[in-house]
Amino acid sequence: MSRPANATALVTGASKGIGAAIAKALAADGWNVAVNYRSDEAGANEIVKAIEEAGGKAKAIHADVTDGDGKSLFKDIESELGGPVLCLVNNAGVARDNIALQLTDEDWDVVIGTNLTPAFRLTRDALRGMLKARYGRVVNIASVVGPRANAGQSNYAAAKAGLIGMTKTIAAEVARRGVTVNAVAPGFIATDMTAELETDEIVKAIPARRQGTPEEVAAAVRFLASEDAGYVTGTTLYVDGGMSA
Amino acid sequence: MATAITEENVQKTVYEALPQFGVDESQITREATFEDLDVDSLDLAELSQIIEDEYGVALKGDDVGKIKTVGDAIDMVVQRGS
Repeated sequence: MSRPANATALVTGASKGIGAAIAKALAADGWNVAVNYRSDEAGANEIVKAIEEAGGKAKAIHADVTDGDGKSLFKDIESELGGPVLCLVNNAGVARDNIALQLTDEDWDVVIGTNLTPAFRLTRDALRGMLKARYGRVVNIASVVGPRANAGQSNYAAAKAGLIGMTKTIAAEVARRGVTVNAVAPGFIATDMTAELETDEIVKAIPARRQGTPEEVAAAVRFLASEDAGYVTGTTLYVDGGMSA
Repeated sequence: MATAITEENVQKTVYEALPQFGVDESQITREATFEDLDVDSLDLAELSQIIEDEYGVALKGDDVGKIKTVGDAIDMVVQRGS
């Protein structure tokens, strides 16, 4: 089945890094894109400008995904961009690292409450329109951390592994309505979030011997969001230079 | 929610919605169970949304669990709306 006209994609946390690259890639593939941001308005506006200059359609949408009300957010996006949200990319995330012995309740709650819970709520609320349209694409940005260990990130690993489990189950629930739900698991990608890490040491352990780029992650999302990927659902696509191979 | 919540209207909405889920129109009666009609939980959730959009009556998870027949669904909406 082909993508309905004016279909809109919402990318959470899209003002920079991987989210920004995903927004651009989806726009290049013909989606109207809602570039969601929480605090970096200038960054989001820059992404919108870049998309428009490339001939695409996009709007910066301010919302804190932890606020929870997806229904009014989707209504706003629909009126701003003129079409229903038929692609949701749950990308917004934070890290608050520490070994479990020293991880505070707050650091646990913030990471689960930002990386996992909003992805569920937005997916639930987006499914309404997707089921009606008999067409939808949900892509959850997980991580290699979760399926595999990373000392110092028990909260982040729990959230990301949670996303993968949620992806599989919701995929099974809605598959027969033309709605796919998949995850992309990036490895060590060059973004602000990884800028302070010791790159050389980590890269030695990656078969590809280099960091990935946000664009390489975005290409995987672009595929999963495409019509061509209509029979791909419930899966996790690793973009990690062979790290988890 | 422009439509008035009468038994007649709700029945019409339900009867018209069910074929979208692959139900054979000739099998739809008030007494037919959703199980017999092969209407599952996802179908019922969608039916609830159609009803909510039309009548402004939200059927939550617990409500939907109690519904066994087409008539149950119609009666519950009419009851909630009155």
